[in-house]
Amino acid sequence: MREKRDWQVQDRPLLEVKNLTKRFGGVVANHNVSLFVERGTIVGLIGPNGSGKTTLFNCIVGQYPIDEGEIWFEGEEISRYRTAHIARMGLMRTFQQTRIFGKMTCVENMLVSMSERRRRLTDLFTPGSRADRARALDLLQFVGLYSKRHHLAGSLSFGQQKLLEFAMALMSEPEMLLLDEPTAGINPTLINGLVDRLRRANAELGITLLVIEHNMRVIMNLAEYIYCLAHGEMLASGPPEEIRNDQRVIDAYLGAT
Amino acid sequence: MNRKMAQLLALAALFGIGLLGPWLAPSYISQFAQLWLFIVLALSWDIMGGQTGYNSFGNIIFFGIGMYVSAVAQVGLVWPVAEYTAAKGGGTEFVFNADQIHAGLALGIPLGGLVAMLAAIVLGALLLGMRGHYFAIATLGLAVATAELAAGWDYIGAGSGMVTPTLPGDMNGPVLFYYLSLGLAIVTILVFAWVYSTRFRLAINAIRDDEDKAEALGHHTTRNKMTAWAISALFTGMAGAIYGNLSGFIDPHDIAFNAEIGVWMILMAILGGKGTLWGPIIGAIVFFISKELFWTYLLGWQRVALGLLIVIIVVFFPEGIMGWVRERWPHLFAPPHLDDEEDDETPAGADEDKEAAHA
Repeated sequence: MREKRDWQVQDRPLLEVKNLTKRFGGVVANHNVSLFVERGTIVGLIGPNGSGKTTLFNCIVGQYPIDEGEIWFEGEEISRYRTAHIARMGLMRTFQQTRIFGKMTCVENMLVSMSERRRRLTDLFTPGSRADRARALDLLQFVGLYSKRHHLAGSLSFGQQKLLEFAMALMSEPEMLLLDEPTAGINPTLINGLVDRLRRANAELGITLLVIEHNMRVIMNLAEYIYCLAHGEMLASGPPEEIRNDQRVIDAYLGAT
Repeated sequence: MNRKMAQLLALAALFGIGLLGPWLAPSYISQFAQLWLFIVLALSWDIMGGQTGYNSFGNIIFFGIGMYVSAVAQVGLVWPVAEYTAAKGGGTEFVFNADQIHAGLALGIPLGGLVAMLAAIVLGALLLGMRGHYFAIATLGLAVATAELAAGWDYIGAGSGMVTPTLPGDMNGPVLFYYLSLGLAIVTILVFAWVYSTRFRLAINAIRDDEDKAEALGHHTTRNKMTAWAISALFTGMAGAIYGNLSGFIDPHDIAFNAEIGVWMILMAILGGKGTLWGPIIGAIVFFISKELFWTYLLGWQRVALGLLIVIIVVFFPEGIMGWVRERWPHLFAPPHLDDEEDDETPAGADEDKEAAHA
């Protein structure tokens, strides 16, 4: 992992947030937040509840207009772009409260998640190729939902829906994924499997990951660099071992361990 | 395989009954022509209201537009339209021969559909930024406004309406319009069956289930909604074009922008089962037959009976007839994989699924 990061460090970061501020009326949800994520890496974002992590995600993918600052993705300033446009550029997020298409089957959920990049309206009026179906099934297999492929997505358990949402995100061939608490609500035995799959998505499919996570064991293992938000401001950042021992992070979030 | 066969058989049966209809029940030919058009209306409404999850109370606009556009085109091919409508009822001097009637219909029906489709694209650009209830209310307002506009426009006869070209005595109007209606219904069913077999259905179902998520996936949601509404308007407009000729007289409030028909098309789709191909077809048939029976045997109370029927539909069949059947006999709707080819190629290591089962 370390070597990989080193040869990519010369590149411009894939995602760069500069001095971002987001207010809701008088409440400052994000104040002067800066972070960057290099291509091919896995970066963590931690912080207490209400510290502005999900707000930051919403700002990055264009769901909230930002008040100040800049967001750069693949060398483009994207802070004025709409969500769907940013998604087509290859920057996508999953939701903390999973969002899947409940009245469609798992396979249909996958097929509808195919990348819309460079696709025209007429492309929608085709049944979808065998290759696409095969990839949809492979990815369902990858997250362990193959046997559920023809079940309605709404009938799956919460944990399974999370896995489906992750598979849908992979189906759309993103450059970068913002994952909002991927392991929340997933049972402990499955978490290891999920962490392994996140790593494989990163290593084999080359997808850059920015992950919000409350499970410290998971994020310390997974991420090679971690940002910590508190009260909407960037409290600290560094490699996991540094963050784990940072007194400010311990006081604000981790508590005495 | 089995389901596909069943669908084809059902379609063939419908088509067969349709072709033989005029011989089986010659005195009801106009009613049956109307039934075919109602099937078109219900199917067209459902692509927006059922499959996309956008309840449009304004589809009657496209019906009326198709009707007027077709009538104007049919008349305009032969006579100056303004003078024709000013003569109220066509008078005796504005006669049409068989060729003119055929040419008029061949031009008017597709043109009516196309203009309705354009209207949907323009209205869609204005309204489809709105979500759910806001869209529904906005379309309701538009339907009311459009009827008033038509009733105030002298060129198309304003409030006193417009007579469609009168057929020469040697032409059999009811039979002609019956087969036009049947043809349109069959084309509509085939087109929708095709549309629903493509990824477009998934794209609009995604909007129905979670529009934010569809956007987060990079879908062109507004474009997809507009496309669905345009398809809806195309067929609704063509149905209107034929309906105007079938009725022979276009009144802006009672025929073209008839609020009752605007509600019926929704009820038929809900009765049969929203968001399915066969639901609106079955719904239209059941609804139309009950309506005709009420109007025949319960005259005076027909609207009360119809109102009761609506209440019964909503209370006992919230998911429509198709939804009810699916609940009762789920095996009839066995998941499509039972007849898919893909099942032969189970990826190796499918046993990994076991962990997911605990999730």
